[in-house]
Amino acid sequence: MAKTKKKSVTFDLPRKVATVSAMDEEVESDEDFLPDNENIISASEDEDAGDDERKHTKLLEAISGLGGRRRKKMTERSEASLQVSEFGVNAEGAGEKVALSDLLSSATEASRTDGTMTKTHRQLKNLEKRQATLELPLSHQQTEKIQREAAFEKASKEVSRWESTIVHQQRAEQLFFPLNQQPSRPRRMEQLVTSWKTQTPLEQEVFALLHAHRQPTFDPVLTPVEEAQLQAMSLEEAQLRRAELQKARALQSYYEAKAKRGSKIKSKKYHKVQQKAKRKAFLKQFEDLCKSDPERAMEELQNMEKKRIEERMSLKHQNSGKWAKSRVIMAKYDLGARQAMHEQLELNRQLTHKPLPSSELHDDSDDDSNSDPTLASEDQTLPDIVNEASANQKEGANPWMKMAVVLTTAEQEEPKAVADSETPEAAVSDAGEVGEEREEETEEERLLGEFARRRQLRRTNDEEEEDKEARQTAEASQTDGASEVSPSRADRSDDDDDGDEDEEDQMDEAAASELNALFGRLAKQAQQGAAPLGSSAELLDEDTTRVRTLEQAELLAETHNDTAPPVVESEEAAPGHDVDDPAPKGKGHQKVIDPEQVLTKQARSIRVPMTTPAIEDAEDEALDEQTDMIREAFAGDDVVSDFLKEKRKQEEEGRPKDVDLSLPGWGEWGGVGIHTKKQKRKRSRFLKKAPPAAPRKDRKLPAVIISEKRDASVAAHQVSQLPFPFENPSQFERSIRSPLGSTWNPELAVRKLTAPRIVTKAGAIIEPISRDDIMPAKAVAGKRRAAPDIQLGGDAERRGGHHRPGAKKKKHKK
Amino acid sequence: MKVKVLSRNPDDYVRETTRDIHRVPRNYDPTLHPFEVPREYTRALNATKLERVFAKPFVGSLDGHRDGINCMAKHSKSLSILLSGACDGEVKLWNLSKRECVRTVQAHEGFVRGIATRFCGTSFFTVGDDRTIKQWKMEPPGYGEQEEPLNTILGKAVFTGIDHHQQGETFATCGQTVDIWDEQRTTPIRSFSWGVDSFSCVRYNPVETELLASCASDRSIVLYDMREATPLKKVIMKLRSNTLCWNPMEAYYFTCSNEDYNLYTYDMRHLDTPVTVHMDHVSAVLDVDYSPTGTEFVSASFDKSIRIFPKDGGHSREVYHTKRMQHVICVRWSADNKYILSGSDEMNIRLWKADASEKLGVLTGREKVTRDYNQKLRDKFQHHPHIRRIARHRHLPHDLYKQRREIKEMKDARRRKEVNVRKHSKPGSVPVETEKEKHVVAVVE
Repeated sequence: MAKTKKKSVTFDLPRKVATVSAMDEEVESDEDFLPDNENIISASEDEDAGDDERKHTKLLEAISGLGGRRRKKMTERSEASLQVSEFGVNAEGAGEKVALSDLLSSATEASRTDGTMTKTHRQLKNLEKRQATLELPLSHQQTEKIQREAAFEKASKEVSRWESTIVHQQRAEQLFFPLNQQPSRPRRMEQLVTSWKTQTPLEQEVFALLHAHRQPTFDPVLTPVEEAQLQAMSLEEAQLRRAELQKARALQSYYEAKAKRGSKIKSKKYHKVQQKAKRKAFLKQFEDLCKSDPERAMEELQNMEKKRIEERMSLKHQNSGKWAKSRVIMAKYDLGARQAMHEQLELNRQLTHKPLPSSELHDDSDDDSNSDPTLASEDQTLPDIVNEASANQKEGANPWMKMAVVLTTAEQEEPKAVADSETPEAAVSDAGEVGEEREEETEEERLLGEFARRRQLRRTNDEEEEDKEARQTAEASQTDGASEVSPSRADRSDDDDDGDEDEEDQMDEAAASELNALFGRLAKQAQQGAAPLGSSAELLDEDTTRVRTLEQAELLAETHNDTAPPVVESEEAAPGHDVDDPAPKGKGHQKVIDPEQVLTKQARSIRVPMTTPAIEDAEDEALDEQTDMIREAFAGDDVVSDFLKEKRKQEEEGRPKDVDLSLPGWGEWGGVGIHTKKQKRKRSRFLKKAPPAAPRKDRKLPAVIISEKRDASVAAHQVSQLPFPFENPSQFERSIRSPLGSTWNPELAVRKLTAPRIVTKAGAIIEPISRDDIMPAKAVAGKRRAAPDIQLGGDAERRGGHHRPGAKKKKHKK
Repeated sequence: MKVKVLSRNPDDYVRETTRDIHRVPRNYDPTLHPFEVPREYTRALNATKLERVFAKPFVGSLDGHRDGINCMAKHSKSLSILLSGACDGEVKLWNLSKRECVRTVQAHEGFVRGIATRFCGTSFFTVGDDRTIKQWKMEPPGYGEQEEPLNTILGKAVFTGIDHHQQGETFATCGQTVDIWDEQRTTPIRSFSWGVDSFSCVRYNPVETELLASCASDRSIVLYDMREATPLKKVIMKLRSNTLCWNPMEAYYFTCSNEDYNLYTYDMRHLDTPVTVHMDHVSAVLDVDYSPTGTEFVSASFDKSIRIFPKDGGHSREVYHTKRMQHVICVRWSADNKYILSGSDEMNIRLWKADASEKLGVLTGREKVTRDYNQKLRDKFQHHPHIRRIARHRHLPHDLYKQRREIKEMKDARRRKEVNVRKHSKPGSVPVETEKEKHVVAVVE
């Protein structure tokens, strides 16, 4: 029993301790001794306890034992004796203060034994020394103020996130409310493409191809390859190519003109005759061929078959062309149109009709010749070069790029090309003999190929030799140009047999000669254009006459290497020249005012303080001084008389003028012996005299012009002050000048110009802006700067910039 | 011999149906259309004149209240429902499209001081002079049911205003203190006071939804953050502000209507000077409400007129008044940016068009085009004196006109005096005070 009691007390104690756990160290250190104390106490307690109690507890235990299960013992709190303090500490020295020194005593002893002061010791000592009390906490008001400030800072920071969004909204051209409407219109292609991913193998294949060629997806202007090719082209080449292109274009236009002329002839009979003649000629030719060269004839036949197949493949004569469509429209209203359509279809049937099996060559050829030659002739009337060129234009393919392609192909098939270049005329004549469209169709290609070849040749020449060589090539090219035109002539003479055609041919020849001349000139121009760049040595030679010393020559050479155009160069040369001998300069500037004259006349009388530039080279300074002086002299040049003149002019303008209402010839007799005096008098009747002018305000102020242009009646309608957002009158005037209405602008532009700033949706509640709409500051900045997607001009400039150093290098090589 | 004839595609000029319009080919060659500026000027002049001719803003009046209207609230989900509280404690729900009262509730004894609809639109709260906050269902009670509030909260003092949170289940009231309430509780979850005894208005920021602002009777405007234990800041002005309204599109701007006849737009981050001072009223401004687009606001004044101000304009672009309209106590801008509602002392709610000359109803495409074009023309030539004069002309009742003139004279005199004082005193001793600086007394942190 005693044991249990003891236990109960010991259990009890820690709880008490826990309540005072926040006490000082002192208390805790004392706690260690507690258990012993407690034992003592409980023992003493035991003795005091009465017998009754013991009996009672026994009884209770017995009762609890009856229940079968041992009841948990009830712990009891015994009365605390006087000796036990509230904290379970012996209250002996309760009144005394615990000094730090008491606690330290053991520590100091330890340190004495060690001979060193421990860290804690030192700290405690310091603590002992310090006497200052802690500061009072801040007043309620002050703490609240600090809290408020912090909270406000936080809130304003939070709110400032909206700044970019608000600025963006304020600057927006157009605002749509409610915000976050789902756009109903279809999205742009780029938006779709960026989110789209290849899925099927076919798509992947296509994409792989596109990526292989690095085809730009977004703004398909130029692929990197194309760009590189463009960059690789030097200026001279570009110029040459341009010349070539011009030539090609001239050729094309010429052909077009001819075709137009032919097609303009309205006479059906003429066409019929022509067709018939052609057919005849073809037949004749074919028969001849059959006799002389059956193989050839066979080939021809096969060719015809091929034509038929092609006809079947093409959409020609199938009422799908532009003309046919127009006929379809008219068919509703016009019987003739319907008939024409039927005819077309009939023709198609004819052309695609398969001839009898070609066992008997001759018979079949007759049949075929009825149908096919028409087609052939049709094709022949318009040389394919024209078609091809126009097709190129329609496609919008960069002709320059096409050149590049030709060039590359030419490079690939080098041996063949070389062989061709050796005998271009032979090849052409061959083509003429064959007289087939296949050959004709490649005429332009051939032409361009030849250009390319020549270019290549020129390049090699450039690297190998000097200007003489270049001159030779120029000559060669001229002769080439002549030779090129001749084969086409040969072709035509083969095709056309009729008298009319002969006439045309003559005209053609004349035109061709003209063309030749033109091309010659073009080639020359190209040469000249190329000369300063390709062979700058030539120009330098010319210039040597002016250069006196070696240093000067070097200087000039340097300037030339900068590929400055000759015009600039001459300007550059002028000042140097000026320094040397000013006499010729006077001649050069005769039309302008002679500075010397002016200086002798007036400059001395006018004394103007000179302002000299602070940072300048000595030479420049001297030069500038001179020019300044001249300028100053001009500044003072007869200002007064000018002013007076101007004033007089203004007065004159301001004076009301007589109005002549007479009509010439009205009430007058014509012929000999008419009195001019009478007529004059008559005329004076219709002359309305202007009222005398009101006296000018500045009539007594000789040095002032007061403008009297202001019209009071109009001024009431005019804006007298510059309105707020505008910075200068011209800006304002510009805003007024551009019309908005549909009378002056096309539909879409009007819609854009008159778009209202705020658009609301009818019947929709406009919710306040939500936090999802916050725009990051960067996005707004980016939008503000928003550069255009495509910058062709800028690119071109950059390209030019890149190009120049390359050209420079070339020259250095020499 | 072939005869040349003009051949045209009939599809270019034959109409498909007789109801179709004729196709008109246009030639935009400027030489064919000379005098573009004078012609457009004439058009602009005509457009301006027509705009003034068609400026009939008054749409209709809702009568039925038996006392002056003290407060109004828009329904948060429906455009056609309006709630109004009168000085006799009656709350009425109106159907605006039919212009009729759909429900009447005797909500309070004494004034109904404030109404706020819940963000979901299913119920609304009213506060009154009887120191109670009551929550009501938006639907009328069923047959045989009593008209009873969902909840009633008894407060210690009179509540003068109420506003509901934009999304959350909390609302704010003002009276002796500004209290934040949870809908589920009968005691405020937060109570702000800062040395003043009465507030006249409290408004939640609709964008930064945890922020609030209130107008106090000590001439101050106080900002709060619902999450903080203390108010944020306050600015004390020369005269008391009656109400304020946050801009629904620009988070940190709010406008307050002041007793000194002006309205002030503040940036809440810089309370020391207002961003804009809006002047034109000739008596105390009692209420203000922003358009939902945040570009304009409307103000109601004791001078029996309503004015519409651009948010950054110092003067109003429009003034509405009628002979019968008395002191306008409250005003609201409808949520579709089309209408303005004003409640006044003489027991009527008036419905106005926000754009006085706007044509109501569905517009055809051509009408829209013309409207846009005319608007642009008016904007383009707005600085020309004749057009300006016509566009700015407004009719004012005689009293108003006289008062305006008087106020102008007073202002001029004051200015003159100031200039004279400055002229006759030591340079620098009388500093130039801008209009914005004049009205702020202090900013208290």
